[in-house]
Amino acid sequence: MKTLPKTDAVVIGGGWTGLLIAKELAARTPISVVVLERGAPRHKEDYAGGMDELDYNVRFRLMQDYSLQTVTLRYTTRDRAVPIRQLGSFMPGQGTGGAGEHWGALFPRFLPDVFQLLTSTTQKYGAKKLPEDHSVVDWGITWDEIEPYYVRADKLVGSSGKAGNIRGKVIDGGNIFEGPRSEEYPTPPTKMPYYGSLFNDAAKSLGYHPYPNPAAALSTAYTNPDGISRPACFYCGFCDRFGCMVGAKAQPTNTLLPIVEKQKSVSLRHGCSVRRIEYDKANGGRARGVSYIDASGEEIFQPADLVILASWTLNNTRLLLLSGIGEPYDPATGKGVVGRNLTHQVSFTPAQAFFDKPLNRFMGAAPAGARMSDFDGDVFDHSTLPFVRGGTFAAMGTGFQPIVGFGALPPSVKARWGAEWKKAAVYWYDRVGTVAFAGEHIAYKDHYMDLDPSYKDHLGDPLLRMTLDWRDNERQMVAFATAKAVEMARAMGAKEVVPAQPYGHYDTRRYQSTHVQGGTIMGASPEHSVVNTYGQHWQAPNLFVLGASMFANNGSANPTPTVLAFTYRTADALVDRYLKRPSRLT
Amino acid sequence: MRRRQFLVLSAASVGGVLVYSLDRTVSRVSAQDKSAPEQNIRIPLRFFTASEALIVAAATARIFPSDESGPGAREASVVVFIDRQLAGPWGRDRHRYTHAPFDETAPEEFGYQGSATPQQIYRQGLKQLAGFDQLTASEQDAKLKLIEGGLFFNVLRRNTIEGMFCDPQHGGNVDMVGWQLIGFPGPRMTNFAEVDQYRGEPFRPKPVSLAQVAVHPNKPGEDET
Repeated sequence: MKTLPKTDAVVIGGGWTGLLIAKELAARTPISVVVLERGAPRHKEDYAGGMDELDYNVRFRLMQDYSLQTVTLRYTTRDRAVPIRQLGSFMPGQGTGGAGEHWGALFPRFLPDVFQLLTSTTQKYGAKKLPEDHSVVDWGITWDEIEPYYVRADKLVGSSGKAGNIRGKVIDGGNIFEGPRSEEYPTPPTKMPYYGSLFNDAAKSLGYHPYPNPAAALSTAYTNPDGISRPACFYCGFCDRFGCMVGAKAQPTNTLLPIVEKQKSVSLRHGCSVRRIEYDKANGGRARGVSYIDASGEEIFQPADLVILASWTLNNTRLLLLSGIGEPYDPATGKGVVGRNLTHQVSFTPAQAFFDKPLNRFMGAAPAGARMSDFDGDVFDHSTLPFVRGGTFAAMGTGFQPIVGFGALPPSVKARWGAEWKKAAVYWYDRVGTVAFAGEHIAYKDHYMDLDPSYKDHLGDPLLRMTLDWRDNERQMVAFATAKAVEMARAMGAKEVVPAQPYGHYDTRRYQSTHVQGGTIMGASPEHSVVNTYGQHWQAPNLFVLGASMFANNGSANPTPTVLAFTYRTADALVDRYLKRPSRLT
Repeated sequence: MRRRQFLVLSAASVGGVLVYSLDRTVSRVSAQDKSAPEQNIRIPLRFFTASEALIVAAATARIFPSDESGPGAREASVVVFIDRQLAGPWGRDRHRYTHAPFDETAPEEFGYQGSATPQQIYRQGLKQLAGFDQLTASEQDAKLKLIEGGLFFNVLRRNTIEGMFCDPQHGGNVDMVGWQLIGFPGPRMTNFAEVDQYRGEPFRPKPVSLAQVAVHPNKPGEDET
C-alpha cells in the first residue's frame, strides 16, 4: 500500500454533501482538502447532448454500477438475503455530483415535528399509538435550530416556490402547513403545466390547500451568494434521471463544482473506491485517514486529520461497519447503533387517471407541478385512524417519455401485445396522468443494515444487507391515500380512475424514491445514535458523517433540502469551532 | 470470431431501416423512400445470425404490428435496435450484479435473479421459435401466445417498445415513425412558450432527434465497452 502525504481533510464522496463541505472549507479556511469520488469526472457541459431516454431513463447511465457493488435485501431477520441485482426501487448515483445529478429537484422542507417524532406523537396520542415494534426517536434538534440552514440551502440552489408561512404569518397559495420560514423562496414558482393545474384546481374544489411544488429547477435566472448564475428552466421534460442540459436544475456539477475546481486547496480524485476508514480506538477514538483503490487499481493510504464521510446513506453505513467504527446494531438485543433505523419512503402512485383529452405531459420539468399537504405528517387528526403520520399528494411534471410511458391502459384493455393493444396504447399514451403520493416511513426495531454474510463486491468486501419490509402502518396509510387520490383524480375530470393495488411486500422492481435514510443516525447521546447533530461521530471526534444516513426517520418530503441544511450546519461548526480547537462539539 | 452475418431484406419489405457499415458509419433507406423498392439491403449484424434476425423481425412485427392504426416494428427497424442492444453492454449484463449464488426461488419482488444474460435469454428463447418467420400471421400469434408468460417474451416485448420509441441514434424508431405515431416531439430544446399555450389541446410539432438538436450527441450506450 502506498502512503500519500497527509492532508488536513479527506472527504469520501463527491456528491451534494461532499462537494458542499469541500466548497465551504476551501472558501472559509486555509486547510487542504482531498475529495475521493469512486465514479468518473463529470461537468455540466456533458449534459448538452444527453437528452436520450433509452440511455438515461431506461439503462440508467448516471446511476451506480451494480456490477461492482449493490446491497442485499431480506424482509425479516429469519430470511436469507438476496442481492438486488439491477437498479429498481432506488437509484444511487456514481460519478461527480452523485445522485444530485439525476435527481428530480423537488425542494420541500420536512415538517417541524419530524425532528421530534417520538415526543410529538406520544404527547398527542399516548405511548400506545406507535406500533409496538417501532424504533422512533427524537433527533436531538429542533426546527428553530435548523431553519436558518434551510434558508442557506434555498439560496444555494435558488429554490422556486411560494411560502405558506413566513415567521408565523400564514399565506394562502403556499403550503399553509409548513414550518415557519424566515424568508420567502429566492425565486417565484415555476410555470404550472396543464396537468399540474388540473390537480391544483381539483384540490381547491375539494377544500384542500394546494401549492406549487418547491423546485430546484429555476423559474427565472438566478445568481446565488457564491456568484454562481443559472438560467431559467425551458421545460424540455428531460429532468429526473437526466443531467440538465442548460443548468437550470441545480446539480453539484453546476452549483458547487465550478467553485471547488478553482480552489487550489482542494484536490478532487476520481475512480477512487474507499474501502476503509483507518481507525484507532485508543484515547476516545480517532480516524487516521482512509485507504482506497485508485483508478489504476493501486492501494492507497491517505492520512488526514479530519475525515468526512459523505458517500450516501447506504455506503456511509457500510463503510462504518467495514471499518469497525462504532458498535453494530443488533435487533435481537437492541444493543449497538450502526445500521439502526433504516427507513425508505411510502412513495407510490395511488391513482392512475385516464382523460378524454391530450395532456402534453412530455413538456415540463420534474418539479413543475402542484401538491398538497392536507394529509401530511400529523396535519390531520389520527385519533380514529389505524396509522400514524401521512404524506403529500402531487401532480409531478416529470417528462412523460414514450418508452417508459407507453402502455398505460385502462383495465378494460386486456391485450398486452398485438393490434388491439397497440391501438389502445397509442390512443392513451398522452391521455393518462397519475396522482403521486410520498408518505413517511417510520422506523422499526428490526429494520436495519449490517454486512451480508455471503455476497461480496468487486473488491471482495461484504455487501451491505438491508432488512426491510412494509408493515401494517404503511399498508393502512396506503389504503387511506389511495381513497383520497381516487377522489382527487375524479375531481380532476378523469373519465376513468384506476386505484393502486393494496401494498404488499417491499418491491425492489418498482421505483419508490431514492430517499433511503438511517444507519448512522444523529441523536443527543451515544447510547442511541452514531453521531451528534453535527454529524460528529461519538467514537471518533475527527470523523464527521453527512447525508440522510443521519436521519432517524423519513420525513415525507424529499430529503435533499434537509441534507443540505445539515451539511451547512456541520460546515459552520467545523469552521467556527472545531478547526479552531478540535474536540467534541457536544 | 464467427463470420459476420447480414440481414438481407428488400427495402419494400421493411419500409425503412438504418443501415450501418462495419465501421459504424450510418446510411439510411428512408421509410418514405419508394424510389428503389426492389433494392436489397444487407444489414451487418452485431449479435444475431441472419436466421435469428428474421425470426426477431417477424416476432416483433406481431407484438407491434404495422396496420391501419399506423407503422409498427418493421418500419421502426426494431430488429436492428435489438441486435445492437444485445451486442452492447446491456446484452452482456455489463452493469448487473452477477455474483453467485443465484437464488431463483426468491419472491418476484426481488427482481430478476437468474444467471442468464440478455444475450443468453435471446439465444435460448429463439430456439423455441425456429421457423417462426415462415408461418402465417395467425400461426405466429398462436406460437407467441404459448410463450407470452415467459421471461424471453417479456424481454422481447420490452425491447420492442424501446426500439419503437428510442432516439433514432440507437437504430430503432427510424425516421421517428414511433414518435410521430403517438405525438411525442422528441428532445426539443425548449417548450417555454408551448407549456403555457397548449392546455388540453394537442401540441404535435414535427419531431426532432438528438442528432438534429445537439451539437455533440452523447455516444449511444450500446457503443460503450
